[in-house]
Order: sequence, then structure tokens, then C-alpha cells
Amino acid sequence: MNVILVAVIALGVLGLVLAAVLFLIAKKFAVEEDPRITQVAEVLPQANCGGCGFPGCSGFAEACVKAAGTGSLEGKLCPVGGQEVMEKVAGILGLTAEAGEQKVAVVRCNGTCANRPRTVQYDGVRSCRIAHNTAGGETGCFYGCLGCGDCVAACTFGAIHMNPETGLPEVDETKCTACGACAKACPRNIIELRPMGKKGRRMVVRCVNKEKGPVAKKACAAACIGCGKCVKTCEFEAITLENNLAYIDPAKCRLCRKCEEACPQGSIVAMNFPPRKPKAEVPPTPKAAEAPAAPQTEAAPQAEPVKIIIPTVETAPKASENQSV
Amino acid sequence: MKTFRIGGVHPKENKLSAGKKIEVMDLPKQAVFPLSQHIGAPAVPCVAKGDLVKVGTKIADAGGFVSSPIFSSVSGKVAKIDAVIDASGYRKPAIIIDVEGDEWEPTIDRSTTLVHDTPLEPKEIVAKIQASGIVGMGGACFPTHVKLSPRTPVDVIIINAVECEPYLTADHSLMMEKAEEILIGVNLIMKATGVKKAYIAIENNKPDAIALMQEKAKGFAGIEVCPLRVRYPQGGEKQLIDAVVGRQVPNPPGLPADVGAIVQNVGTAFAIYEAVMKNKPLFERVVTVTGKGVAEPKNLLTRMGTPMSLLIEKAGGMPEDTGKVIGGGPMMGKALLNADVPVCKGSSGILLMTEKESLRGEEQPCIRCAKCVSACPMGLEPYLLQKLSEHAEWGRAEAEQIMTCIECGCCQFTCPANRPLLDWIRMGKGTVGGIIRARAAK
Repeated sequence: MNVILVAVIALGVLGLVLAAVLFLIAKKFAVEEDPRITQVAEVLPQANCGGCGFPGCSGFAEACVKAAGTGSLEGKLCPVGGQEVMEKVAGILGLTAEAGEQKVAVVRCNGTCANRPRTVQYDGVRSCRIAHNTAGGETGCFYGCLGCGDCVAACTFGAIHMNPETGLPEVDETKCTACGACAKACPRNIIELRPMGKKGRRMVVRCVNKEKGPVAKKACAAACIGCGKCVKTCEFEAITLENNLAYIDPAKCRLCRKCEEACPQGSIVAMNFPPRKPKAEVPPTPKAAEAPAAPQTEAAPQAEPVKIIIPTVETAPKASENQSV
Repeated sequence: MKTFRIGGVHPKENKLSAGKKIEVMDLPKQAVFPLSQHIGAPAVPCVAKGDLVKVGTKIADAGGFVSSPIFSSVSGKVAKIDAVIDASGYRKPAIIIDVEGDEWEPTIDRSTTLVHDTPLEPKEIVAKIQASGIVGMGGACFPTHVKLSPRTPVDVIIINAVECEPYLTADHSLMMEKAEEILIGVNLIMKATGVKKAYIAIENNKPDAIALMQEKAKGFAGIEVCPLRVRYPQGGEKQLIDAVVGRQVPNPPGLPADVGAIVQNVGTAFAIYEAVMKNKPLFERVVTVTGKGVAEPKNLLTRMGTPMSLLIEKAGGMPEDTGKVIGGGPMMGKALLNADVPVCKGSSGILLMTEKESLRGEEQPCIRCAKCVSACPMGLEPYLLQKLSEHAEWGRAEAEQIMTCIECGCCQFTCPANRPLLDWIRMGKGTVGGIIRARAAK
């Protein structure tokens, strides 16, 4: 009986003393954290994607609170939550959210199986990074998509998938949060984050080939050949030509679509525009290259994309040769 | 019989062109000289479009100390300086020359008489080697003059004549025909570095070469032939030093010179002889054209810049069932994007693999057999490095010595599950190397 009593009392006293010590230490060395960090973190989407450029949502919350000290949330944007979340964050911090631009991932390569014939066969690891390190790729274009799907693997939102018909990744713009993981994963910097644009409409040069015209054209039927016609056509100086490659500045582009018409290669693509009304009495011109410019929204008519797919299937096997890498 | 201590494999030797005499390859119609044929800065062109050049005219200057000049192997007119696909699989700048006749620079001594002595001082020999564009002829193409200017004292020269890659016989055939020239070249290396001892390391699958070199070496003081047991990758610098003198080179950034050794390829020794004694810069080399489907495997003395397709033609044409054309040997060589890739300073061979041989086996999960660990000649754990690279664990990959990997491919060769170990490790090595360089630059 005595033994039990002694043990209970001894342990009890010990417990109390240690509790007091712990209490005092906790008081003395307490880390004071701004309670707003937790509050901000709570409204963030908790995707921990790193798209904001900070290590996870808590890192972003901390950065926001720190930035609040300077009085502005400039440059801070949660790409996943978008404007809505940023307004909530600003509300907690007693600031006003600046109108941030909603961005979206854009695949700047139109080297489909039909446009870009295969010259060799790559039988190594299905990883873009390794394929890029090994050689120029399976086609004559050493800048375009390798088609191994590193971007698909990198996307945590299921917003990007490979289209087996074209061999290119496609972005689901409703799911894309513009976190930039795919752009980072792409060893060839094909994926770019571009402003969403009004009603999701935007003009894009879907090519990153910096070769001279003839070389680029030989490698891919949809390659930008650096002819500069679009630069001359553009009334708003939105298009620049560098290293044989045109680039449309989204900030200056007014969506007039004149460059799309001027491009002889069909490498300038208008995304999410409603289908054009067929011009009176003009039969479908040999400008087949315009076809890939078909709108990608759900509103697009179902029949059009099918038309594009058929030639792809027909030409793809013929194009490949038996030599392999 | 001696060999290196850790790991290694013994692939089937398949030396189909062994014992074949060296044939002189015909001149091409157009020769292509990539500016990046060596490790280090690319060369800088010193000719322009329309310039007339002769055989042995310098067409590009070295782009720095760790770089090497390039000489024309043909006479003719510079057609253009443009990007062409080279052995790297990318389009890189190159000088393209239209061949007209075969006129040599008058300074080159074209006679075959042996020259035994040179009045040049050691420093002048190294300068001559640097000016003649000589790089390691084994395949890595490291500028030779850099190796011959070691930062620590050196007491032994090892001549790499093991040719451990299956199929290749370029060095073997060179030894059989140019034994004395090679030995004079070795003497020059010894003189240039002030070393009194040199070993010529030959694997014992070339008994004729061992016998011949031993016979000829009697006339040269300090040069000894060292026969070695056949084992891949014995031709690796570190493995060879271990096999011949039993010293272990420290991990990177450790160099062979840190253990007092310099390794030079036997082809390099021959090129040094020609450069110093005959005033002939590096513009031709022996290339083995081989493969199971090849009608007549050959050793061809080829002018650099010749498209590989011509060499394949010379060896009986490309077989129908060719799956891959590999620049170099089967273990460390690289599959080429097309057969028009020019022969460069480091092109030791062209291997045509049949379609069946060239296909990779289906990748299966790791069964933890540790064969790769026992095969690794650097004592690494390839299965682990592969996983670390796949999951982008660069910090741990560095700690596990990924930079020590010599990319010999023993791990992948030995893997029963056909895992692409080296693909990942090589990629990881590149990334970690970049991280280390970025850190050093800070």
C-alpha cells in the first residue's frame, strides 16, 4: 500500500514540477507569430503547389503578412485562388487587392504528328528531360514538343493531358490555375503562362522554333519561319521578331486577328474565338493550315475538330522511318 | 594478370575488324567541321565563306585554354559556316568546305621516314601539341595540352591501348602498323612532362599487339608494356591507373595528376608524333566501321569531316535491318540522328546495330539484386542514384557521389530488369553539375 502511495505522490509531484518548468520555458521562449498568418493561410486553397513562388500556402501567407507592413500586396498572387482569394487576403490584412491578371498555360507548339513528320524513333525513357538531354528529338524540329508528357505529370490539377491524335499536350482552361508547374517541367520552355484575355480570347504564336525559315519549314509544316509578315501587319506594334521567331505581346495585342490571316504558315493561332462566319462564296481555300486555329472552347461546334483529326491519323504512320535513336 | 579492383563487366568482345589492315578512306565531296569537337570552349572560325584552304590549314582557333584549334583535312573552298547536326544530336555551328583536289600545306612532312629526335624543349613540345589541335583520341576529346600541364608533380605516364569497348579495333590496328611512331610519341610525352617511366597498357585479347609493342619497346628506355586482363571499363582513366600502378584517383574534383599519373590514348601518342616530328596537325584518324550486319568491317584512315555515310558505303553499305547507327562503341557510344554526321576528333568507330540488337528490353521493377552495385567500377549504388534523379533529390544525389559516375554503363548492361539506370543518372549528373557550378559562381 505504502509503495503505491509513495509512487503516486512522487510521480505527481514530479509531474507538477516539470509542468511548471515547461510553462515557464514556454512563456519565456514563446515565438510570437502574427495571428494574421494563420488567418490568411486559412483562406488560401491549401493546394501547396508553389505557383505563387513561395514554399506552399503557409509560406505565401507569411509573405503576404510581411508585405502588408509595406502597405501593398503588389506582386503577390495566388494563381489557384485567383482574384477572389486575394480579396479575402487583402480584407484580413486591411488592404485592397489590386486587380491581378488571371493567367493560363498555353502550349506554344503546333507540331502535330501531321505537321511534323517523325525522322527517327526515340526508345529511351519516356521523360522529356531525358529525351531533351539525349538528342534533338524524334522530328527535325529541335525546339518543339517532345511528347513524353512531363507537363502532364507535373500538373496537380489534372488540367493538362496528352492528345494521342496530335501527340501534343492540351490545357483544360477551366481547370488550369496557372501555377506554372507545367512550364517549369518543360525542358524546352514551350509552355508559357499568358494572360487569360477578354472572354479567354487570345492570339498566340504556336511555335518556338528559332531556326532559319527553310530549316524550320522542312521540319514542321506549322513552324514560324520568321518572315515578319505578322510584324508588318500588326497596327499596334504588339508583335516582335527575334531569332527567326515571332512573339505576340499579350499586353499590346488588341485581338484584331489580322496577323492570323497574314501568317503563311498558320503558326499564329486565335484561341477561344467564335468560329468565323464563312466568307461569301469563297470555297475552302488550300490554306489548310488555318484549320488548327479552330476554337477550343466547349462552345465550338463538334464537327470541326473531327475534320482536323482525320488527316493526322492517315499521315502519321507513313511519316515515320525505320531508323531509331 | 592485372586489372582494376572494383566492379566491371565483360561484354562479348565482337572484335569483327581485328587483324584488318588500315585502309585509306576516299576523300569526300564536302567536309564538315563542327566547331565543338572537344571538351571546353568551342573553337572560333578563322576563315570566311569563299576562302581557299589546303590540307592542314587552320580553320578555327581555340576558344580558350581548355579548347583546341581545328584544321582542314581537305583542300578546297569554304562553302559556308552553318549549323549542322553533329554527334550530340543537335544542330551546332560547323565549317563546311567543298573539296577541290588534294593540296597539302607545304610545311607538312608527308614522308614515312621515322624521325627519332627533336631539338624542342619540353615547353615547346606542349606548345606544339596545343597548336596542332590535339585532343584525347579515345573519345572524350579532352585537350591534350591541358593534361600535359599538370598542377601536381607526375611520375608515371600510362598509355591507354586497352580498347575495352567491344567491336572497336582502331587502336589495335594502329599499334600493329605504327608501333614505332607510337613509341616515339610516348617518348615525346615523357620528355614534355619530364617523366622517366611509361607503361603501355594493352588488354590480353590483343596478344599480337602486346608481342609487337614489347619487341619494339626494347629500344626505348623507360617504356614498358603492361598486359591486362580483359575487363570493361578498363579504358576509363581511373580504372586504368588502378589496374597498372594500383593507385586510386580521389573523387571529383580529383584528377589523375593528384596520384602522379597522366593517361594518354595510344591514338593521341601517334598524333603527337605526327604533330611534333612531321609538323602535321590533327586532321585524320583511324575509324572502325563495324557491326554484325556489316559486309566488310574495316579500319579506315579517315580525314575528319567525312560524313559517316561514306564510311558505311565503303564497308559494304548499310544493311537493311539496321536499327541504330552508333558513334563510338556499343557501351559508351551514342546513337546518331542520321548517318551524315561527320567524323570528328573523337570518332573512334561507327557501329551499325541490327534492329533486333538495338531494341531495349521492357523495363521492369527493380528486384534488389544489387548486380548494378557490384558492377559499378566507381563503387557507387546505381539503383539509388537512379531513384534520386527520378525524384529530383539533387542534394542527396550529390551526397551519394553522383558526380563520381563515369557513365560507363556497366549498371545498365548488367541489370536483369532492363532498368534505364544510366539514362537517369546521366540526367541527374548534368543537373547536379549545374547546381555545383552555380554554387561555385556565387
